[in-house]
Amino acid sequence: MESVLGRYRNLIVLVAVLFVQVLGLAVQVRRTTDTDSSRLIRVWAVTAVSPFEKALVWLQTSTGNIWHNYFYLRGVRSENRELRQQIEQMRIEQVRMSQDADQARRLQALLAFKEQFISQTMAAQVIGSSGSEQSRSIYIDKGERDGIKSDMAVITADGVVGKVLHVYRSVSLVLLISDQTSGVGAILEKSRLQGILRGMPSGEIGLEKVMSDEQVAAGEMVLTSGGDRIFPKGLALGRVTQVSPGSDLFLNIRVKPAANLSKLEEVLVVTRIDERQATPDLTGPVRAADILAERLPTVPPKSPESPSGTQGQRVPVPGTADSAKPGEAKPKTAVPGGATGNNAMAQKIPASSTAAGNSPEGGASGAVVVKVPQKAAKPAETKVPNTEPEPPAQDSPQ
Amino acid sequence: MAITYTSGEQVEVYRFGIPATILVPLAAVFLQAWLTWKLPFFSIFDLPLLITISFAMARRSQMAGLFTGAFIGLFQDALTHQPIGLYGIAKTVVGFGASSLGIKLDVENAGARLLLTLFFYAVHEVVYFTIARGLVSLHVQWSWSRELWSGVANAFLGVLLYAVLDRLKQRT
Repeated sequence: MESVLGRYRNLIVLVAVLFVQVLGLAVQVRRTTDTDSSRLIRVWAVTAVSPFEKALVWLQTSTGNIWHNYFYLRGVRSENRELRQQIEQMRIEQVRMSQDADQARRLQALLAFKEQFISQTMAAQVIGSSGSEQSRSIYIDKGERDGIKSDMAVITADGVVGKVLHVYRSVSLVLLISDQTSGVGAILEKSRLQGILRGMPSGEIGLEKVMSDEQVAAGEMVLTSGGDRIFPKGLALGRVTQVSPGSDLFLNIRVKPAANLSKLEEVLVVTRIDERQATPDLTGPVRAADILAERLPTVPPKSPESPSGTQGQRVPVPGTADSAKPGEAKPKTAVPGGATGNNAMAQKIPASSTAAGNSPEGGASGAVVVKVPQKAAKPAETKVPNTEPEPPAQDSPQ
Repeated sequence: MAITYTSGEQVEVYRFGIPATILVPLAAVFLQAWLTWKLPFFSIFDLPLLITISFAMARRSQMAGLFTGAFIGLFQDALTHQPIGLYGIAKTVVGFGASSLGIKLDVENAGARLLLTLFFYAVHEVVYFTIARGLVSLHVQWSWSRELWSGVANAFLGVLLYAVLDRLKQRT
C-alpha cells in the first residue's frame, strides 16, 4: 500500500490540489457575492501588484509632464489663439443653450419631473487592468479610504466607463461596460426605445431587449436610462453601429462605446447623485413675448396725476409692478421674508427682487409681499398694506 | 548554500534562487496586467503561463511544477473579477504536465520549446474553457483563429523568454 502511495504520490497531490480548487470554485459560484469567500486572496494579490502599478504610473506621468510642460511647447501660441476663438464661439452657444435650459426647467417643473444630478465626482487615475480578456476591468488609484464604494458609476467626459465592483483600501476594481457580466439600462436618444447594454464575449457591446419590429437607425446615440439606479439618466453610452435581426424576437444591435475603453487614463467616479425636482430659474427671461415687449415702443397709460402725460410716465417693464394691469391677475399674499408661496416660483425669487423697495411702505414691519404668478401678470411681486396674511401653503415643494 | 525548493534527484535539474522564484512570477502577472492596459493587443499573450512552463520544464519536478502553476494561476485569478480558481486549475495542470514532459524530453532545444509551448497553450485554453463553461457557466467565446494566433505568438515569445530565464537557472 505504501509503495502504491509513494509511486503515485505526485498524481495524488495533483488530484488533491485540483479538487481543492474546484471546491473553492463551487463555493464561490454558489455564493452570489464573492466578497467574503475570496476577498482575502484578492486583497493580497492587489496589495502585491498595485504599488508597482502606482509607481509606474507616477513615473510615466512625471516624465510626461516634464516633457510637455517644459520642453515640448511648440505651437502653444497658435493653439492658444484657436482656443480663444473656440471660447468665443462657445459663449455664444452657451447663451442660446441657457435659454433652452431655462425653458426645459420650467416645463419640467410644470410636469413635476424628478431629475438625477451628478452632484459630486472624484477624479481617479487608471493604474492597470486585470490582464485577462475574459475579465474586462481596470484598476483605479482610489479606494475605500477615499470614500469609494461599490456600484458607483465611473465616467469620462466622453461617456460611461463602468461601475466600481471591488473596493480595496487604496485601489478599486472597475468593471467596464464591455465586460460580458456588465449590464446597463439604456435608452436610444431619438426613438426612446429602452434596452440593456451588455458586453459580449468578443469584447464588443450590444443593446439587448429591443423588439425586432422596432426601427433603429445606425448612428443613433445610446444613453443611460437611469433604470439601473447606478448610472444617472442621460449619460452617453455609445452609438449604434450595426442593426440586424436577431435569432429570437429581439434585434441584434451593436454599439460603439462613447468612451475609449482601450485608452483610459483618467476617469471620474460619481460619488454622489442627487435626485431633486427641477425648479425654473425666474431670474432670467420669462417669455419671448416679454422680451419683445421690452423692445417694442409702447403707448404710455394715462396717469391720473399727470393728465398731460408728459411728466412721471413710466414705460411698463416686464417683471416689475409697473407693468401689472389692474384685474389682470389675482395676487397671492405671502408672509414677508419667507418662501411661503404655494409654488416653486415664489421660492426662487431672490429677496432683492421683491417689490418692497419700490413701494412707499417698503421695509415696514408687518408689510405683506404679494406674489403674482409671473406668467399671468408681468410683475413678480407687489406690495400692499398688511391686511390678512395668507398662511404658508402645505404643498410647497422643498 | 542557497536555499531552493527544487529537488536534486533528477539528472540535469536546474533550480532558481528564492528572489527569482518570487519576483519572476510576480513581475509576469504585473506586466500582464500593465501591458494589457497600455497595449491592448498584448492580451493575446499569457506571460504567467510562459513562466509556469519555463519553471516547470527547468525544474523537472512534478510537485514543484504543479504548485508553481497553482500559485501563479491563483494570483492571476485574484486580479480579475471572476471566481478564483479558473486560471489556477488550468496552470496547475500545465505545470504538472510541463514538468512531466521535461523529465523525458530534451527541452533545451528551441524547436522543442516552441512545440511544447504551443501544446501547453492549447492544454491551458482547453482546461480553462471547460471549467469556465462547465463549472462556472461563463459565456466565454472560443475562436479557433484567435486561439491559433495566440498560441503561435505565445510559442515564439516563449522561446525568447526562456532564453532570458536560462540566465537565472542554476545547475544543482
